[in-house]
Amino acid sequence: MKQIKIALVGQPNVGKSMLTNAIGDTTLHVGNFSGVTVEKKEISFKYKDYEISIVDLPGTYMLTNYSIEEKVTSDFLQNEEYDLILNVVDSTNLERNLQLTSELLNLEKKMLIALNMSDEAKKENIEINANYMTELLGVSAVQVSAVSKEGIDKLVHNIVQTYENPKKDTKLVFSEAIEEEILNIITHLQDNKFQSELSYRKIAINLISEDKETYRMLLDEPIWITLQPILLESIKHIKMHHDEEAMIDIFADEFMAFNNGILTETVKVKNINPTKLTRSQKIDNVLIHPFLGIPIFLFLMWGLFQLTFEIGSIPMDWIDGFFGWLGNNVGDSISNDDVRSLVVDGLIAGVGAVVLFVPNIIILFVGIALLESTGYMSRVAYLLDGFFHKFGLHGQSFIPLVTGFGCSIPAYMSARILKNDKDRLLTLFIIGFMSCGARLPVYVLFVGAFFSPESSGTILFTIYISGAILGIIMAKILKMTAFKGESEPFVMEMPKYRLPSVVLVWHTVKSKTWMYLKKAGTFIAAASILIWFLSNYPHNDILNTEYQSKIELAITEDSKNAFSNELNQKLLENSYLGQVGKFIEPIFEPLGMDWKMAVALQTGLAAKEVVVSTLGVLYSLGGDVDEENSSLIERLHENIPFASAVAFIIIMMIYLPCLAATVVFSKEAGGLKYTAYLFLFTTFVAYSCAFIGYHIALNL
Amino acid sequence: MSQRIIDCIRNKSYIIKKLHTTGALRQRLVSFGILKGVEIKYLASTNLNATYEIRVGKMNIALRKDEAEKIEVDEYEAN
Repeated sequence: MKQIKIALVGQPNVGKSMLTNAIGDTTLHVGNFSGVTVEKKEISFKYKDYEISIVDLPGTYMLTNYSIEEKVTSDFLQNEEYDLILNVVDSTNLERNLQLTSELLNLEKKMLIALNMSDEAKKENIEINANYMTELLGVSAVQVSAVSKEGIDKLVHNIVQTYENPKKDTKLVFSEAIEEEILNIITHLQDNKFQSELSYRKIAINLISEDKETYRMLLDEPIWITLQPILLESIKHIKMHHDEEAMIDIFADEFMAFNNGILTETVKVKNINPTKLTRSQKIDNVLIHPFLGIPIFLFLMWGLFQLTFEIGSIPMDWIDGFFGWLGNNVGDSISNDDVRSLVVDGLIAGVGAVVLFVPNIIILFVGIALLESTGYMSRVAYLLDGFFHKFGLHGQSFIPLVTGFGCSIPAYMSARILKNDKDRLLTLFIIGFMSCGARLPVYVLFVGAFFSPESSGTILFTIYISGAILGIIMAKILKMTAFKGESEPFVMEMPKYRLPSVVLVWHTVKSKTWMYLKKAGTFIAAASILIWFLSNYPHNDILNTEYQSKIELAITEDSKNAFSNELNQKLLENSYLGQVGKFIEPIFEPLGMDWKMAVALQTGLAAKEVVVSTLGVLYSLGGDVDEENSSLIERLHENIPFASAVAFIIIMMIYLPCLAATVVFSKEAGGLKYTAYLFLFTTFVAYSCAFIGYHIALNL
Repeated sequence: MSQRIIDCIRNKSYIIKKLHTTGALRQRLVSFGILKGVEIKYLASTNLNATYEIRVGKMNIALRKDEAEKIEVDEYEAN
């Protein structure tokens, strides 16, 4: 069986993913391009005697290195092994799409063009003569529609044909002025019998178009000495002729002229009425209205979050129940106490906490996939960029930030919509300032203990809002320090509105959910075992036996409970976690906190909900407490000074998110290095804010 | 002062005369087909004029005021 490897390239919004789905009967493999968090989708299928695999490269307007995604694409095309390029273009916007096509022609690889969305083109009365285009460009062009699956068979057939036939010469020609200089350089290379894998024409074009790689390659060659003056002269001539200062403009101009030539020959557009508004324009008149636009968007977001957290909570209860049931049943079947505790309290509880978020993630990603695939997302960025840019953020940062109020995990994952690396990193660092749902129980507990019932709603709201405001201020500070530098330009396509494809949304959501389960799941299973170990070991048998006998001797049920609580407290105090708590107590002393509060905060690193149950254990109420437990509220009120409570709440608002979220952060940011930065950054900010808060509260 | 796209009348065609920028932004603009001699239209802006929507060829493009200010245009003469 012969193998054909295809690089799938196209500008954004041309329906590349749709096309790979339309081929059908394929196996999809989703991974990352090495070293970067850019999703790499690879599909493979069998056709006759061939095994065809397609690498779906990130969409790019030109082969520049602007964003990481564009860099991935141009690096792949220039350095990786593949048999041919499949260039997908939008038939309704050929003049723009062919720009990339001509750059691809320049790579001198075997290539074919899929004229996608041919059904839409027909509706818009655009008639394309694909055969003539094939002849003019020297590469096969096939009209296809990913939606109606029209022309797909022919495309696959042509892929094999292109693979089997020898490469044809590209017919990409430049203007006379450039062709003349290309010839000059070729002649010089020929005269010197220069050895290279690249064709002379390609070298010449690369040199003139200022391709850095080619310069690097030639710089070490003896021929460079004689070539340099010729090249300088050539470039001077071309620039003079084109009356332009930048070579990139000249080539863009050349490509455009070439494309326009092709288009006049092959495309006929019948009876268009320029004054009639297109469907997209009509929708935009409402959705990006200067005054209505933002309210409409806020309403849609509100709806999405309602769905995420209302509907999401239903299966969450089931999942919670299931893992509780599983824990009980598995626990009953294990006789060894240590092993049972490891499996039930460590493994099952830990993995259960991860699986618990799956419904939220699915609903949220369906929503985001819909926003993205319809073309609405770029309108959102357009509407909000003005505000967010003032704080060094990007219009699209809004989605991950708001998601952060629900749960940081999907928030970190949704930051992928930000295509620029710096914008994305900055947003990732800020997400934690949006208090997630899991912190709510802790806030409720403390607000209940230290504020009057009438003011508690206001206080709660203040906590959330001040977190968000602090986050935006931090964004500004980070932008001025760590992420300093020229703000990335905001130039973005607002694509036509299109109906989302159910298949595509399903595929996106499925692969994202699976990635979450796989990555976070394996790691978190290990980490929960670690936390479990730290809070359960070393075993203190003396303490155990001492209290067991006390409990047995106790007469009333109440005193039995009291002893068992005391035992739990002592055990935790002597565990590794407790020892660490004692050890770091001096650090928390300036904030007015004792080792118990320090330990509670530490367990919050595993999951924020755990803080409540830890406090319950530490203040001797047994592990089974919730935020509405009135006696815990009283205990906290009696044992913790008001100012220390304020410091505690402030730290809860700011410090590192839970373990699951931190793992996802690390994956999304692209390395443990960033996790270390996040830890230092949040710890520093949390500590200093808590310190200030503590002293203000002391003087109240 | 030369005429920039942000000073233009909405939904009227203009011709790009010059891009007053270099480096990454220029590359970005060029990759969107924003080139000298190309027809361009100013479609809309957000309410504080922070962001602009323009049309080049068949593509609608959003850009910040800072970026839009760098695009110098001429009157369009239909021929």
